[in-house]
Amino acid sequence: MPHPRRFRAFLKSNDRGDITDMTSVPLHYYLVVSAALFAIGLAGALTRRNAIIALIGIELMLNAANLNFIAFWRYSPKAEAVTGVMFVLFSIGIAAAEAAVGLALIIAIYRHYRTTNLDEISSMKG
Amino acid sequence: MEVVFFIITVLTLAGAIAAMSLRHLVHCALCLAVAFGGLAAFYLQLNAQFIGFAQILVYIGAVAVLIVFAILLTRGIESAPQPLFSSAWPVGLGVALLVFGSLVFAIQSSSVAQQQAAPSAQATIRTIGSQLMTNFVLPLELIALLLTAALIGAVIIAMQEPSAKSTPMKDHAASAPIPSVPEEQR
Repeated sequence: MPHPRRFRAFLKSNDRGDITDMTSVPLHYYLVVSAALFAIGLAGALTRRNAIIALIGIELMLNAANLNFIAFWRYSPKAEAVTGVMFVLFSIGIAAAEAAVGLALIIAIYRHYRTTNLDEISSMKG
Repeated sequence: MEVVFFIITVLTLAGAIAAMSLRHLVHCALCLAVAFGGLAAFYLQLNAQFIGFAQILVYIGAVAVLIVFAILLTRGIESAPQPLFSSAWPVGLGVALLVFGSLVFAIQSSSVAQQQAAPSAQATIRTIGSQLMTNFVLPLELIALLLTAALIGAVIIAMQEPSAKSTPMKDHAASAPIPSVPEEQR
């Protein structure tokens, strides 16, 4: 462990590796950060006029959910089952597919309307 | 540990806010990459090393670059004079603040959020691999199918339309074949 405080705590902890017990941040810090990230993404997706920025906001919201999954997994009493990690792994894969399809849609819309302004793209008919 | 946490928090949230509020779109994408990097640091901090590196590979390496490509491909005529935010931006901001407030209230009033870290939460590559091959083999196959479908679908959606019927653009409605470079301006 390169971190000196963690290393000192490791030296002090006599038995099996509860290294991070005394120095770790409580869970609700992560939850508040995740909520802030979600709110930022939501605000961007709702208020920006550009479709790509709205997509970036959606990506930020997905990432906030991923951070929640990892934090809950890390702080759960049964962390041996790596369910949270697996969920985030699949979520990252799905988010990549979603980004690819979303950007392809935006490019197709741009080719049709010559704009990516969400206020002007208001009909589904060509 | 707490200092590291707060540094990463500031980095991530500042990157996210900048990505949502800057005017220049490429700057937005680069700030988004910074926010993704901060999230990867969170994952590394939380002992999920594999997820941290997957985050760097997939989000910074693929999604951010893909967004930069999309921005460059759709770089339009409209750039400078228009307002940045939609006309109903106070409503959107209010909804976001409301969501944030209720989430923080729920977090503060719950008892689950106060617990300390589990001593031995480790997600080794070996564990992840064996779980992927045993318990999660069906989702793994499904996500392979989904990624293939998304790949083909993205290519088909973004493919150039045949030039016979693709003249609904207002500007060159009369010009005969559409030039093959899509981002050509009028």
